[in-house]
Amino acid sequence: MLVRSDEEWEAMSDEERDYPAIMRWFGELAQRGVVRGGEELQPARTATTVSWDGERPMLTDGPFMEAKEMIGGFCTVEVPDLDAAIDLAKTWPARSHKVEIRPIVQH
Amino acid sequence: MVRDEAGRLTAALVRLLGDFALAEDLVQDAVVAALRRWPESGVPDDPAGWLLTTARRRAIDHWRRQRRYEEKLALLVRDTPPPDHPMKPAPLLRDFMGTPVEQFDEVDDRLRLIFTCCHPALGREAQLALTLRAVIGLTTPEIAHAFLATETAIAQRIVRAKRKIVEAGIPYRVPGPDRLDERLNEVLAVIYLMFNEGYLATSGPTADRRDLADDAEWLARLLVRLLPDQPEAAGLLSLVRMHRARRAARFDGSGRLVLLPDQDRSLWDQQSIASARELLLDAMRRGRPGPYQLQAAIAACHAEAPSWQATDWKQVLLLYDALLRATPTAVVRLNRAIALSHGVGPAEALAEVEQLESALHGYHLFHATRAELLRRVGRPVEAREADRQALALTRNPAERRLLEERLAVPG
Repeated sequence: MLVRSDEEWEAMSDEERDYPAIMRWFGELAQRGVVRGGEELQPARTATTVSWDGERPMLTDGPFMEAKEMIGGFCTVEVPDLDAAIDLAKTWPARSHKVEIRPIVQH
Repeated sequence: MVRDEAGRLTAALVRLLGDFALAEDLVQDAVVAALRRWPESGVPDDPAGWLLTTARRRAIDHWRRQRRYEEKLALLVRDTPPPDHPMKPAPLLRDFMGTPVEQFDEVDDRLRLIFTCCHPALGREAQLALTLRAVIGLTTPEIAHAFLATETAIAQRIVRAKRKIVEAGIPYRVPGPDRLDERLNEVLAVIYLMFNEGYLATSGPTADRRDLADDAEWLARLLVRLLPDQPEAAGLLSLVRMHRARRAARFDGSGRLVLLPDQDRSLWDQQSIASARELLLDAMRRGRPGPYQLQAAIAACHAEAPSWQATDWKQVLLLYDALLRATPTAVVRLNRAIALSHGVGPAEALAEVEQLESALHGYHLFHATRAELLRRVGRPVEAREADRQALALTRNPAERRLLEERLAVPG
């Protein structure tokens, strides 16, 4: 999961974000079959949250948790173990992000 | 005895069972049983075999329960195949049940276990607790006692760490050459912390509290044996031994902490110092210096000096300069300042220490060092204030007593 400060990220120009480097990262790893998918998310202010009050669904304008740093995107990768995932995370081009690694639940 | 065997057994069982958490639990059960049984029945002729047999019995119980659980699960969801549970008896089970204990591949297994317990994805406290239990073979109550923590807190910490290893996919292997240095540093940091917990946090020669410094020395020695080509491992062992050679002089007859300048050097264990020095020289001949070798070399300068005044401060200062280049931290700068105060002068050292205020204002030894320097430059009022701040920041009983006594003297 790509954790970022939305505010900081929005203030950056496209050159600063360096999308070509990010696209290269995805491209190369997808070709090798490591990356299975992923998306960049719109800022958390665009979020709408559905929760339940008993049986009654409720809508909230905004994210479930207010924080300075939010999930700004995600990608799913297939690697043998945590060490390999850490190595991969270290190559993520956007240095203003944090990369949170979590295993996927196998169903 | 239990300790040596338990770590070896855990190391082998993790590999054979392919399940870190289960292996560790089985050995822990066997250790607890041994500690209960052996004092009454005597240590068995083959302690390793006894532990292994006990662990195997527990494993069979576990799988019986597991199968029952899976059968129950299968009744609930008939049309899905039974879950592919990682704990299911695997082909390795044959090895687990059949391999005689002597055939366990010790070096690799032990290293795998040590590196896994000290994986950087685990927090430092979790690394330490897990290493004490899985590698050293301490029981949860023993660890809790050593940290003056509750058993529940330690048990939770260990359970959380084991779950992370299993669920996050931390690999059970010795890191390859490309990351061995980085990972070895994690292991050395855990051992050094273990040593400091035992050595510095101790409130004097108390019989009721386990000395983690013993465990740290044991583990450092094991690491040197397993990784003979790593000079930093030898550096750490030498450092630990240099410090421990002075242990008889660290407390006076009434249990008061005696600081290095005031220690009775005739109480130092010269034989240990000499062997620690040999170890260090061997390590340094490899030409790959590092922070632990440098700290051991500084400790050696102190160990070889006939008195505090006659210490070779020029040499100590040079070593601190090198250490600061290797690990540029505020704490190293603080320690270097003490050498500076003797090699150059207290005023220069004080100027250096004052620059560390923002980084170290929460660290009691910053204030204690500053107090000492202020006294030496003739500013006793400020010195007392700094000592008071140091006192407010430490819970260590021996250090508190020292500071309280210093403050009790009218200044």
